[in-house]
This record gives sequence, structure tokens and C-alpha cells, in this order.
Amino acid sequence: MRRVALAAVLLLAACAGRQNVLNPVSPGNRQVNTLFWWMLGVGAAVWALVIVAFLWASLRARRRTREDLEVPVEPVPPEANRRATRIVGGLVALTAIILLVFLIYDFTVGRALAAHPSRALTIEIIGHQWWWEVRYLDPDPQRIVVDANELHLPAGDTVQVKLLSRDVIHSFWVPNIIGKRDLIPGYVSSIFLSPDRPGVYRAQCAEFCGHEHAKMALPVVVHPRDGFSQWLQRARTPAAAPADSLALAGRTVFLAGSCSSCHAITGEPAYASLGPDLTHLASRRTLAAGTLVNTPGNLAGWIVDPQAVKPGALMPANALAPRDLRALLAYLETLK
Amino acid sequence: MFSRSPDRVTRGLRALRPRGGAPLLLATLLLLAAACEREQRRFVESPPSATPTGQLLTVSQLQPGPAYITADVEAPYDDNAWAVSQGQTLFTSMNCVGCHFHGGGGIGPALMDDQWIYGSAPEQIFASIAEGRPNGMPAWKYKLSDQQIWMLVSYVRSLSGLIPKGARPGRSDHMMLTTPPTSTAPAHPKMTTVP
Repeated sequence: MRRVALAAVLLLAACAGRQNVLNPVSPGNRQVNTLFWWMLGVGAAVWALVIVAFLWASLRARRRTREDLEVPVEPVPPEANRRATRIVGGLVALTAIILLVFLIYDFTVGRALAAHPSRALTIEIIGHQWWWEVRYLDPDPQRIVVDANELHLPAGDTVQVKLLSRDVIHSFWVPNIIGKRDLIPGYVSSIFLSPDRPGVYRAQCAEFCGHEHAKMALPVVVHPRDGFSQWLQRARTPAAAPADSLALAGRTVFLAGSCSSCHAITGEPAYASLGPDLTHLASRRTLAAGTLVNTPGNLAGWIVDPQAVKPGALMPANALAPRDLRALLAYLETLK
Repeated sequence: MFSRSPDRVTRGLRALRPRGGAPLLLATLLLLAAACEREQRRFVESPPSATPTGQLLTVSQLQPGPAYITADVEAPYDDNAWAVSQGQTLFTSMNCVGCHFHGGGGIGPALMDDQWIYGSAPEQIFASIAEGRPNGMPAWKYKLSDQQIWMLVSYVRSLSGLIPKGARPGRSDHMMLTTPPTSTAPAHPKMTTVP
């Protein structure tokens, strides 16, 4: 019993954090939250009052029925009738007023959310089955950063996110920061994010998009403002050639083998854009769009048999010789 | 207004019941169940390296020793619509279209006619893709897994109607209206160092 209680508490504690609409970290979401709590509070109060009135009336009616069982019904006096009409009319008017106030409040919040603020940065997010491609745009094409399966944002700045899809309809949803917006093939939609509290949150595809829809998550890292520009600077540096011989052998495995037919590494002759860009794979928190924690063991398992982890993912099984696999892992570890 | 008598309702219900009854219904259900395999997805092929690439498929017919029997290798995906559509996706994403176009041919030979330079049997097409062919066809043996090559084989065979009609792709993706996601920002060349 105590264990169950402990587990329940732990589960609730998990709710409080990374993927929770009730833990807003942006001004827009905070407004939505205030609106939600007001609606919930007023609605609950009205509901409680109605229930109390109903219980009171039914108990009273029951008592009276028992007393006046044999007495013939006498006509209701006109002044009592008028009083009842006034009470009902007043309550209907009150209900209408409450709903109208909420309607106006709702419109103002919606209007604030729909505003197009000036933005510090534009990011392009492209949905794939079943992972996210993230491109940090820049007027200078050389400074564009292509990343995958992790979104980095500056705290206190507004970022425009353009949403595209390569295959089917996906939906981008960071519960802590903003509501959902669909990624539609052949159409560019846009959404503005302005997180103001640094931390790591979790976005999730919110539109059923096929076999591995549930395993299409996106860790969202909100940096303090300086931290973000440092991160972006680091993300712009291409991969350096590895120093030790094992990693060098792994580089050959990557470039000569089937890895490079789908994955790109900036700075190396690997340009394919079918799978996630791996230039900074080792610095990511998760593998396979939030499915696995990024550890060497998980990475090895993922490379050898992705279908056991995420059945249906487009990455095929790779029957690598043990020596090649070790070398490849050593190389991928250098991609900080 | 609602004066419909009970026996009228019964008569109406009886009219709805299919004539011929149970056998017809059963046959329909069986037919539907038979169609299930058309879309079956086999994510894990066991064992993954059991396909006879190294053994049976050679670039040339000339070889030392006794001749291998190569005619009876069955394409594993010829009757599987899902795998054929995966092959279709690979056909575009691996840039087969760059030379063969969408089957009509251009730089490379056409794939939708009935002329085959190196043969139309599944294992011959497999060999063409895996080992490459003279005059420009690259070898994909080290760039794609065997399963992916077999998917391509089935798709290539579907272009000239060599696989069952039920498994052929119903529409061609290249006519799809999509904004190419990379058009907003050309990322190449990637090899240059960043200031």
C-alpha cells in the first residue's frame, strides 16, 4: 500500500515538470493557464451551488410530501409565484453574464496569442516519419545550422517556428510553451515561441502519423540567452577529423558503408538528408526522437537492430562486424 | 404520425436481410481476410543475412566449376504492397530517378518497357542494383541493406507490370504537390569552414 502511494506521488511529481500544460513557461501559456483556472473555479462553484440547491429542494419536497400526503393541493399564492419567476430570471441573467464575461476574456487571450511579435530568430521544423528535422535559419546560408531531434531556444526571446512536413500530417506541441500546430505537407505554417524560464521540456507529435507516432518526441532545451548564442556558435562548427585510430576506422565505416546513404555530417563528405543530421550526435540527450537515452550501449543496440526498438522506423538493421561496430561507436562518440 | 404497425417493421427488417444469406457473407469475409497479407509489414527479417547475395548472384555468367542455379530465386516482396511502396520511396530518395527518370529512362535505360539488358528476373535485377553495371550504374551493395534492394527490385518490376496488380502502387509520389522543404535555404556546400 505504501509502495503504491509512493508510486502515485512519484507519478504526480512527474506531471509537474517537463511535459505539462499546467506548468507554463511562456507568457502566452501563462495567460491560457489563468483563463483555465478561472473557468475551472467559477464552473466548479456554479456546479456546487446547483447541486446544493437541488439537494435542498428535493429534501424539502420529500419532507412536505410526507406531511401533506392526504391534504388536497392548494393553489400557489400569486406573490410566491412572482417571487419564483424573479429568482429564476435573475439566475438565468447571472448565467448569461458569467458566460459573456468568459467569452470576452477568451477572445482577448486568443487575440494576444495570435499576435505576430517581432522575432529574434526563425527556426524551421520539418516533420518526418518519425523524427524532427530542425534548421536554425540565417540570411547567410553558410551559417544555417541543421540539427535533429532536439530543439534549442533562448529564454526571454521570441522565436518564429516554421512548420513543414516531408510525408504526412504531424503536429508540433510543447505543452509547457505553446499549444498545438499541425505540420502539413506542401504548406508552411508558423508559430511563435517565447519561453522565459530555462530548462529542459518535452514536445510530442500530437497528430497520429503512423506506426511510431508515440515515439516521436522532441526534447526542448531552453537556454539562458548567452548560453543559447554559445550553443548556436558551437553547433555551427563542422565535425573535426578524429584523432585516434579506432575512431578513424569508424569514420571509414561510416563513409564507405550504408550510414552515409541516409545521414549527413557537416565537414565530411556525407550529405544525405534522408535521416537525421549527425554532426552533433554525441551531444544530444536522446536517440531516435526521444526514444532512448543517448548512451553508447543504446546507440550500439539502435544501430544493430533499430526495428527491435522502434518497429517500422526507416533505418534498416545493420549487420556490422563487431570490430566495425566498435570503431563506428568510437567515431560517433567524437561528434560532440 | 408514428402509427407504423409492428408487423410493418418486421417486414422492413426482413427486406434488409441479404438474399442468398450466409454463404455469400462468409465468402466476402474470407476474401477480405485474404487481402490482409497484401499490406503485411515484416520489420524484422530473420535471419537478416540469410539472403543469398554472395552465393547466387554474380556479375557475369562465366564462372569456374559447376553452374549455380539462379533462375528460381523468388523476390520476397513481389506481392507485398507496403514493401513495393517503400521501394518506390527509395527509388526517389536514392536518386534512381536521376538517370532512369520515373521509369521512362533518359541517361539510364527505361524500366517500364519490356526490354532488359541484364534480365528481368528478380535475382538479375538484384544483381544489377547490388553489383552495378557497366556504363554508369553504381553498385549499391554497401550503401543499402539487402531488404532495401529487394524492395527496389519489386518496385522496378512493378514498373513494367511484372508483379501482381494488387501489389502495385496506386499512385506515383512524384506528382505530389509539396513544397520541397530544402528550397528555403540552400545548405550546400557543406565542406566549407564557418567563419
